[in-house]
Amino acid sequence: MSALQQRIAAARDEDRAALIAYLPVGYPDVDASIAAMVAAVEGGADAGGVGGADIVEIGVPYSDPGMDGPVIQQAVDVAVRAGVGLRDVLRAVEAVAAAGAVPVVMSYWNPIERYGVDRFATDLAAAGGAGAITPDLIPDEAAAWLAASDAAGLDRVFLVAPSSTDARLRSTVQACRGFVYAASTMGVTGTRATVSDAAERLVARTREAIADTGVLLPVCVGLGVSNGDQAAEVAGFADGVIVGTAYVRPLLDGEGVEGVRRLSEDLARGVRQRAGAPA
Amino acid sequence: MTTSAVSPPEPRLAPAAPAWPDATGHFGIFGGRFVPEALIAALDELTAAYEAMKVDPAFVEEFARLQRDYTGRPSPVTEVPGFAEHCGGARVLLKREDLNHTGSHKINNVLGQALLTKRIGKSRVIAETGAGQHGVATATAAALMGLSCTVYMGEEDTRRQALNVARMRLLGAEVIPVTTGSRTLKDAINEAFRDWVTNVETTNYVFGTVAGPHPFPAMVRDFQRVIGDEAREQVLEREGRLPDAVLACVGGGSNAIGIFTAFVPDAGVRLIGLEAAGDGVETGRHAATITGGTPGVLHGARSYLLQDDNGQTIESHSISAGLDYPGVGPEHSHLHDIGRAEYRPVTDAEAMEAFALLCRTEGIIPAIESAHALAGVMRLGRELGPEALLLVNLSGRGDKDVETASRWFGLGDREEVDPGPGMDTDQQPTEGAVTNHEAVDGQDAGEQA
Repeated sequence: MSALQQRIAAARDEDRAALIAYLPVGYPDVDASIAAMVAAVEGGADAGGVGGADIVEIGVPYSDPGMDGPVIQQAVDVAVRAGVGLRDVLRAVEAVAAAGAVPVVMSYWNPIERYGVDRFATDLAAAGGAGAITPDLIPDEAAAWLAASDAAGLDRVFLVAPSSTDARLRSTVQACRGFVYAASTMGVTGTRATVSDAAERLVARTREAIADTGVLLPVCVGLGVSNGDQAAEVAGFADGVIVGTAYVRPLLDGEGVEGVRRLSEDLARGVRQRAGAPA
Repeated sequence: MTTSAVSPPEPRLAPAAPAWPDATGHFGIFGGRFVPEALIAALDELTAAYEAMKVDPAFVEEFARLQRDYTGRPSPVTEVPGFAEHCGGARVLLKREDLNHTGSHKINNVLGQALLTKRIGKSRVIAETGAGQHGVATATAAALMGLSCTVYMGEEDTRRQALNVARMRLLGAEVIPVTTGSRTLKDAINEAFRDWVTNVETTNYVFGTVAGPHPFPAMVRDFQRVIGDEAREQVLEREGRLPDAVLACVGGGSNAIGIFTAFVPDAGVRLIGLEAAGDGVETGRHAATITGGTPGVLHGARSYLLQDDNGQTIESHSISAGLDYPGVGPEHSHLHDIGRAEYRPVTDAEAMEAFALLCRTEGIIPAIESAHALAGVMRLGRELGPEALLLVNLSGRGDKDVETASRWFGLGDREEVDPGPGMDTDQQPTEGAVTNHEAVDGQDAGEQA
């Protein structure tokens, strides 16, 4: 079983959802971003509280992040201008693995293609990475990545959306390994006041597609979750809760690594209070 | 290669169907769809609706009526002997897209996409714009067809092209200045995609060039190919033969694809795209994507692009806002790789020299974008000599560029105007040109141009 799937299954064994934290490498600088990732993993564990993130989505800075809202854009723009690249990302992968969470890279496609798809897969596996999430790569265009991730034994996470047809849900889940990323709302990344109704419906439809195709995969929900209460709500129907913008905001607001740690503890409590556990 | 075609080809009864893209939008290794899954349903819907629409006689008739009665097609072909004296004596014909309603070829595409928007039952259109020409054309079509319209434009471009911002607002469009990234066309495209993914239920994205995810490169080409279909017939009729070469400027590449497509099967006709070389490709400050770029993925498709070792898009530079784009359409990338088309760089200085020359010799003020193609024909004419017959797409008129040109040539500062650098083709732009170039580029466009 894949590293991602294993970690999500371990959370399920504790009757909770997994917490997946996104942070981009290079904001405010490479070292501070890695420290923030480690803090997101630790959460309140050292202070006797619950731990933090089970999985860290390590964001690769990209000049044209078409799926991201203003908060992530602002942070990533700084990293791009500083010349942060995949070598720095691989350092973050090692640090997250050492902190005890499962590292997975989140990247728009061009930086990977430029680095070289096979070389990326080899280097990521060597650094201890579980795989990659590719928000602008659909399985239809992913032949090179499917082959490279197979060869390196890496997970590959594709996205599904409320607008995905049933046929596309089936073909996408068949291409996924690790988990399926349910992008719960039609829109870009950013915090929202309420969790969209569309999220629960999308998870249910994705699970049907999983059942139809006979693959066994967890479904994790991203886009819009910002606090423990929302995390608890999503944990009521999903296998994992993905939080991005809310993790970046304390860094932009000057709360720094401690702000990230506090948020992670709040979210970690949330995923342990699932509002109505799934059957 | 240096002489005209030996025997005149037969006029074709119907325009030749392009050999690409494949069913999933690939032009060789280029094109495709590199977008979030959330947009796939909308792209599929557009593809299906477009495929149905283009063979629907009611649409074909309506589109032809708008092109004739609203745009003013067919646009004429004008021979320019005065200008051609500076082109090694070759004969030069201009396809006059500058005479279209709204002043450029952009209207050809937006009328098609606006009709498609109505057909799929959406009430709002969004568009990106660089120089403002596509934004103005989209706002025009939206006004004509009763659609609400939002145009994204880089903040720097809204300053450089204030006249077009005012035009769009007069036409009832909302213009949103984009303040992210480099604040130019590429960031306007990013913002338009973000709007689209959020509002896709009600909104259609009217893409302005032959780039972006499938079906945009093929669809925009099909709406623009009227330029070459007309021009091929017009040249055959007046000359009894095909031109030796067809030239057009290339930013994203819609006017070039528009005039190339009809000629692609004519193996004896050279197809030459002129890219904006800014200060010179060797300086790194340019927008010559095929000349100076590498294959990669940007804005939803694989194509040549300007990128660094980390795969980050490099900001482009050109005096022409409409060519100031670090990507290029996938079909151009393919035509380059298979050797069917050639792509050559033209610097700001060369383009402005040709700009001035056309003004003075022919009484036609071209868009600075189109002036890159004119500079290309000056060079090619000297290479091929007096036997050559050369067709240039004059993709737009220069009204929008008067301020930029005045600054470049220092016209605002002088009582008496010099005969102008364009009058002597061997002469580099004179003192005013160089210093004023600094002024244009260094002022508000320095980050961005």
